[in-house]
Amino acid sequence: MNILAIDTSTNVLGVGVVSQDKVIGEYMTNVKRNHSTRVLPAIDYLLNDCGVAKNEIEKIVVANGPGSYTGLRIGVTIGKTLAWTLKVPIVGVSSLKVMAANARYFEGLISPVMDARRGNIFTGLYKYKDGKLQQVEEDKHRSVKEWGDHLKDFNKPVMFVGDDSLIHNEIFSSILNDNAIFAPLTLNVPKPGELALLGKDLPGEDAHLFKPNYLRLSEAEAKWREKNRNN
Amino acid sequence: MNEQYILGIETSCDETAAAVIKNGKEIVSNVVASQIDTHKRFGGVVPEIASRHHVEQITMVIEEAMNNAGIEFSRLSGVAVTAGPGLVGALLIGVEAAKSIAFAHSLPLIPVHHIAGHIYANRLVTELQFPLLSLVVSGGHTELIYMKEHGHFEVIGETRDDAAGEAYDKVARVLHCPYPGGPHIDRMASEGEATINLPRAWLEEGSYDFSFSGLKSAVINTVHNAKQRGETIKPENLAASFQESVVEVLVEKTIRAAKEYNVKQILLAGGVAANNGLRTALRKAVAELENIELIIPPLKLCTDNAAMIAAAGSVFYEKGIRADLTLNANPGLDLESFNSKLIN
Repeated sequence: MNILAIDTSTNVLGVGVVSQDKVIGEYMTNVKRNHSTRVLPAIDYLLNDCGVAKNEIEKIVVANGPGSYTGLRIGVTIGKTLAWTLKVPIVGVSSLKVMAANARYFEGLISPVMDARRGNIFTGLYKYKDGKLQQVEEDKHRSVKEWGDHLKDFNKPVMFVGDDSLIHNEIFSSILNDNAIFAPLTLNVPKPGELALLGKDLPGEDAHLFKPNYLRLSEAEAKWREKNRNN
Repeated sequence: MNEQYILGIETSCDETAAAVIKNGKEIVSNVVASQIDTHKRFGGVVPEIASRHHVEQITMVIEEAMNNAGIEFSRLSGVAVTAGPGLVGALLIGVEAAKSIAFAHSLPLIPVHHIAGHIYANRLVTELQFPLLSLVVSGGHTELIYMKEHGHFEVIGETRDDAAGEAYDKVARVLHCPYPGGPHIDRMASEGEATINLPRAWLEEGSYDFSFSGLKSAVINTVHNAKQRGETIKPENLAASFQESVVEVLVEKTIRAAKEYNVKQILLAGGVAANNGLRTALRKAVAELENIELIIPPLKLCTDNAAMIAAAGSVFYEKGIRADLTLNANPGLDLESFNSKLIN
């Protein structure tokens, strides 16, 4: 089975191709540059280089959020349009789960971190059990401080994964002390091959209904609800 | 002649649209999913919400257009998409979807300027004859565009501040009309009389440019002053006075330009082309001219749609205009330079 994986949730642009049980190609950049001009060319390049024809793609896996709203929409739109028009199944995998997957041999809790500004982050809690990545707490928009306090209660080592975890390393270290562990740089970048494998056995979703998990209301919607709460 | 089918995709604002056009002139399918109801409670289009809706609608809308056309992707000559101008996040959805389809089926990708699309909506009504003049009026645009041939656009006049449609929306808000306000003002104007003296911005002599911000302020002041004096203004009369001022300037400048440029046709384009007051006044003025044909598209081709994008795409396809997979959405795309650069 040929799987095409697409991740545009953060500054990382990741495209992966997994064939049978082998990761046969990965394209990854971690620079703040426009995804729109680069994702389809990257897919085209990687498929060519791997010798996989478009009609040989059998499944598409997309990192579906959370992340940059525009970034998510680019990957999701490309993924769902390709899946629909090539008539292949599409599955979504949490963008945070893909990051957490990097901490494979770590025997504690894993907290993938995406900065969400104003002292907030997108994060969830994961752990590896018997070689399988399991979700301990759901992905959510959280305050850094509250998340740190919450993790402290586990009294266990926590590995923070993702470039953005370094923005908040001081606060996590001050709360968790030695239990705060920061992933090495090579593990901070989500791996497209990992994304493909995480989605490999998931059941296909309806491409038409496939959409990003923003995990946040748009600002206008949130304000409107606030204003109309008592009406 | 081989049959040419173009799939058009448009997502520049709050309509998710896809259409298939045959030989540049015949609408085979035309699907528009409007978000008006979603944005109503915010009093205008919210870009982030528009983008979110486009992602959810895009493949369904394209599928419906393809199903209604009853053709396979392999029958298409190309995929045309609005590359700009518009809301960048909204445009992106159409651009990424169009690129994905072009990539998946190895089809040519044709970038289309949104305004070129509005102009080419007219070719779905009547064959274009050059030279021609197009008056483009919408929520984001008020332009007079001269075309000496297919694919050639020369902007001879444009608004220096608000677009005509924008002025309509703002006046509608002053008169407490629900969003979108344009059609309400148009209806109210037909029920009232232009009894209030409002300014007309002619600008310097000979200019084909427009300005509507002064008019908008005059309307606001009129309402404000009346309130302070405890007088009531009949909203229908204010709407009629406002509309008369807008329409008079639009029509006068259009007619003057049509004469100066010696055009064979005048085309009305853009969402405000749906305005009855404007349609009627322009028809009356053009009827007094000799040898100039006026084309006004039906209402559903005036507002944003993808049939017009495919119609323009069809002409650009013949001219060899192509984009590759690096095509990006460009919210400030310039009509004149965009097309001339691609043709040469």
